This record gives sequence, structure tokens and C-alpha cells, in this order.
Amino acid sequence: MSILVNRNTRVVTQGITGKTGQFHTQTSRAYANGKDCYVAGVNPKKAGEDFEGIPIFANVADAKAKTGANTSVIYVPPPFAAAAIWEAVEADLDLVICITEGIPVRDMIEVRDRMRVQKRRTLLVGPNCPGVITPGEIKIGIMPGHIHKKGRVGVVSRSGTLTYEAVGQLTELGIGQSTAVGIGGDPVNGLKHIDVLKLFNDDPGTDAVVMIGEIGGSDEENAAQWVKANMKKPVVGFIAGVTAPSGKRMGHAGAIISGGKGTAQEKLAVMDSCGIKVTRNPSEMGKLLQSVLP
Amino acid sequence: MKIHEYQGKEIFRKFGVVTPRGFPAFSVEEAVEAARKLGGGVWVVKAQIHAGGRGKGGGVKIAKSLPEVKSLAEKILGMQLVTRQTGPGGQKVRRLLIEEGADIRKELYVGMVVDRGTQKVVLMASSEGGMDIEEVAANTPEKIHKVFIEPGGGLTDADAEEISRKMGVPAPALAQSKDLLQALYRCFWETDASLAEINPLILTGEGRVVALDSKLNVDDNALFRHPEIVAMRDLDEEDPLEVEASKYDLNYISLDGAIGCMVNGAGLAMATMDTIKLFGGEPANFLDVGGGASAEKVTAAFKIMLSNKKVKAILVNIFGGIMKCDTIAAGVVAAAREVKLAVPLVVRMKGTNEDLGKRILKDSGLPIISADNMADAAKSVVAALKKTRKKPKTRPKKAREKKK
Repeated sequence: MSILVNRNTRVVTQGITGKTGQFHTQTSRAYANGKDCYVAGVNPKKAGEDFEGIPIFANVADAKAKTGANTSVIYVPPPFAAAAIWEAVEADLDLVICITEGIPVRDMIEVRDRMRVQKRRTLLVGPNCPGVITPGEIKIGIMPGHIHKKGRVGVVSRSGTLTYEAVGQLTELGIGQSTAVGIGGDPVNGLKHIDVLKLFNDDPGTDAVVMIGEIGGSDEENAAQWVKANMKKPVVGFIAGVTAPSGKRMGHAGAIISGGKGTAQEKLAVMDSCGIKVTRNPSEMGKLLQSVLP
Repeated sequence: MKIHEYQGKEIFRKFGVVTPRGFPAFSVEEAVEAARKLGGGVWVVKAQIHAGGRGKGGGVKIAKSLPEVKSLAEKILGMQLVTRQTGPGGQKVRRLLIEEGADIRKELYVGMVVDRGTQKVVLMASSEGGMDIEEVAANTPEKIHKVFIEPGGGLTDADAEEISRKMGVPAPALAQSKDLLQALYRCFWETDASLAEINPLILTGEGRVVALDSKLNVDDNALFRHPEIVAMRDLDEEDPLEVEASKYDLNYISLDGAIGCMVNGAGLAMATMDTIKLFGGEPANFLDVGGGASAEKVTAAFKIMLSNKKVKAILVNIFGGIMKCDTIAAGVVAAAREVKLAVPLVVRMKGTNEDLGKRILKDSGLPIISADNMADAAKSVVAALKKTRKKPKTRPKKAREKKK
């Protein structure tokens, strides 16, 4: 089992004709069941054409109607990415995964507001994220597939390469993953740690979770409080940015300590007090998870 | 992106946020000319640097005559202004704002930021203006009032009036205060601001509400639609290495330690800094080379790291996913050769074509220390740094031994 995506997911790629979209569509299609899963692409100017056999449609609604796509992945450039998210939401897909980095915050506030006001059921992962992978079944995004191993540990993280680091450590220890979710490094995004933890909690295929956070905001604290009250499975964690200076954006738009709030120390303390085992050594994430497995 | 107070006020005025009249000045002559143009008998000479706390640092002074404007301008222009935000070295003052004096009856605070939890813009207001608002929030949180603004509807009349009342605006000024707050919200929204702050917002003797200060930060990701704001960028206010790095699309931030680090991915870069610290070292920088680093980019990154003279050792940590380890290795070797690297270099590479990458490093003949994981890499680089620090003491001894 897994969360969000599996071998039955049918993916439409928005931005399939760009350089990034092409490259990652190729590697994702080559992974596990990718050949069956990647069913459509979108580009209004190239409708009727195809990308290496994947048919291209004018919009997401068309792609859904003709191919049964239920999930989209977005590689559209930042100025147009929020509109691409909305197009997928309007087409009533189950899930939208937005990889694009650099979307203006205002655009994200607008699209998130519309999703709430219109009570849309579509889930959003990202933006500015590596994507979602259920090892051995499907890879949607830019993560390297080969470092993953099918198994029963969930991974949720705001950072791309730090997720790979955790996954790599787990795999080296022989511990497989049920699903790894990159929720992205932007301040205004879709699913948060708490939402993904809820999904892992309900997933019979997940036994334990690695939760990786970083400075900025209070998502990790909120998730930790929820874990304390509700989580039936062990969670271990790491927070990046103990050494980050205040008031500086550390690469990710959302990774900033502002007004003394959102420090790594604060997050680690709350997580610890909520029963989440934390480490300050990112090389130990895998071993820490191993220590909580039954 | 940050802009100066006078630039923020220019933008404020376009949206109808009331400010005192004033002109920027880049020289003493311009300062006196600005005061003459403004007229009146009281002027404020304000240092323009991006850091806050200018008043306490001695960068804001009141003048009551034109000769006084001149002497204050002479004193402030060119000074190293030290504030709680500049660090001990301070920031050189290159620009002034000359403003008409204001009759301050009361100092208030208003600020707007994006609230990540609700995904809305939040307006914060307080009767405690002119102070460090973070202290107010920490000590007397009940004195900070908040309104979460619906993106669809904007700041409503009712909310703007109520929060004005809460921060202590008297009844006759409520209508004007409401207008000012609504103008500030339009300004925030339309300029893609990440922060709009007025501290203090004042109530004048005549009962008017005026923005005595302005702090306006704009979302870097939205600058493509604001060329007029991009034109306001003042490179003198930014770290030159950070400016240089941005030309190569590298995310670089200077820190105080001696260990330079180059990493792919922001989260992993922070984690690498944390690991260096965990094993007794201090990172000299944050440097994220991003997902698709080429050999040119790696070389540029090395040059930038090494132009920080505090750097005495380097740690490279790459998780090769899409980016292959052999490509990075080739880039590291080329960069080390080109910059004639003279400090110890520890490389940790993991992922795609890892073995190939390690072989390239080994075959290069360069004294590169290879590490298998982040912790080992951090330990190695801290140890290597300690060795270089001991060297001056051991060298004479070695020389003597050789003579024997």
C-alpha cells in the first residue's frame, strides 16, 4: 500500500514540451509502471501532437476526458504555474503535483483561496517540490528513482535533496519506503506535514514515518501537536537550519526565521515534547528510524 | 528584495498612503537644496540604509536651520552607521532623506505580512509605535491586533475602522486612518510585497494619520512584473559576494565561520552547515548550487567561496540524483585547478555514478579528501582545518629536522 499515488495513477504532464518537462517525463516513464501511468501531456499550441508517443491535449480537461488521467504534474515556468494549478483543479483531478520553483506568493495565495472558497476536492502537493514517489510502482517528479526501495516507511519533507538523503540512508539499511512526499519549500503551498502524516497514519502499508522540516513557519510544530494526539505509528524527525542566521532566506522562499519565529531549535523542542524522536545529525536519520521499528 | 525608506514612501504615495513631504539627497549640497525646497523651519535628516534601528544608531537627526541641515548631512553622509541589524561593522551611509518635520502626538504601528498558516495577508496594528515590534509581541502580545484579509474581498471598511480604533486612533481621524490602511493593503497586494511596515505611523497635532517611516520588501519571485521596483535595487546595501553569486544563479549567504561549503539543494545545504557545527566547526557560508550545476557553475561557486578570506577549508556535499556525481567531480577538479586551491578540500558524493565520481577525484592527483557520509565529511573537514591552524607552529621544527 501507499499514499497519494500508486500503479493505477494516471498522469497528465503540464509543461511536457519544455526541456525540464521532457527530461523528467522520460525518466519517470522509465521507472516501474511509468509506461502505463504517463498517459497525457498538455500544451494548447501542440494539441494533437505527441511527445514520444504520449498524446498532447489543449488543456487538462480534454486530457482527463480522453485518457482518464486523475493526477497532474506541473513543470510550467513560474509566471504561468499558478494558472496551470488552477486548470488542473478546475478539471477536478484527484491530485496536482507542482514541481515549479519561483512562483510569486501572491499567485499562490489567489489559487489556494479559490480552491478553499469553491470547496475543491483536488489535493495539491508543492509547489517548489521534488514530487511524490511510491517505490516500485510510480515516480512523479524529479527525484532519482534508483535510490528508493519498496517498503513500509513513509517520508515527508520540505526539501528535495534532504529527502533523497533520508531515502538513501533507509535503503542502505535495507529499509524500504511506502511513499516519499516532497511538500516543497515555499511559504504558501498545498499539503503540509500534518496532512501527509494523517494519510500515512491511515495507510495500512506504512509502519513508521520520517518527517523532515526546516526553518520558517510553524507547520512542523502543528504537525507535532497532531502526532501527539492522534498518530498511531512512530515518527522520527530532523529539522535543517540550526545554524541559519535570522532574517535570511536560505535558498527556499519559505526557509526564513522572521521576527525570531520559525527557528530549528523551537521546532526540535516541540517535536521532542510531542514524542517525535529527533536527531541533530542528518547522517543518522535512517538509523533513528530503524531504532523505532518494531 | 529590500528598498530604501524614501523609495518605499514614493510607492506608498502612489497608492495614497500619506507620508511627510521629502526628497532624497546623495550629497550635502543636495541635502541643503532639498531642505530649501521643502521650506518651513524644521527638517529631519534621515540616513538611508536597508537596516532598521537607524534612529538609535544616530542616523536620524532633527535640524532647525539650513546650516544645521548642512552640518548634519556632512556628519551622517559617509558615516558607518551601526544598528542592531547591521552587525558591529555597520553600514556606510550613501543616501539621505530630507523631510519636513512632523508634529508627533502619538506613535502607532502597522505592518502587513503573508500569514503562512491561513495563507492570507495579515494586518497587524498596535498602539505601541516607534518600538521594536518583536519586543512588543513578546512582552505584551495583547497590544497587537490582527486582521486576516480575504484575498477576494480586500481590507473591508469595517475591519480597517475597527483595527484603527483598537490601536488608538481618535474618532475624528478614523476615516482617514481607514483610507490609509486600505491604501497600504492595495500597495502590498499590487507590488507583490512580502512585508509592508510603518513604524511609527503617527498621529499629528492636527489629528492626521501619517506614515513617518516605511519598510517595503518585495517578493523576489514576483520581480519580473515590477521593473520599476527592480530599478530601485541598491547593490551597495547587499553583500558583494551574494550579488556575485546571484549572477550565476547560485544561492549564497555569507556567515562567520572558516569552513566553506558547497551543496546541491537548500535543505541539504542547511543540514550540511548544521553537521559542520555539530562536529565542532563553523560554516563560512550557505551555498546551494541547485539541481543542474555545470562545471562553470561549480567553478564560479569555488571562486565566490574563496573570495571570503575567512575560508580555511572547504566541504563539498553532493547528493547526485539528476545531477551525476561524475559531472560534479569533473567540475570540482577543474575548479580546484583553476583557482589553484590552497585550502583542504573534503568531498562527499552520493548517488548516481558515485564510484565514477570518486575515481575522477582520486585520479586528479589533487589532495582531495573523500568522505562517505555527511558526518564523516564534517569530521574530516574540521580535522583538516585544525591541522592547517597548527602548521605555523610546526613548520620551523620541520625545517630544523630537514637540516639535520
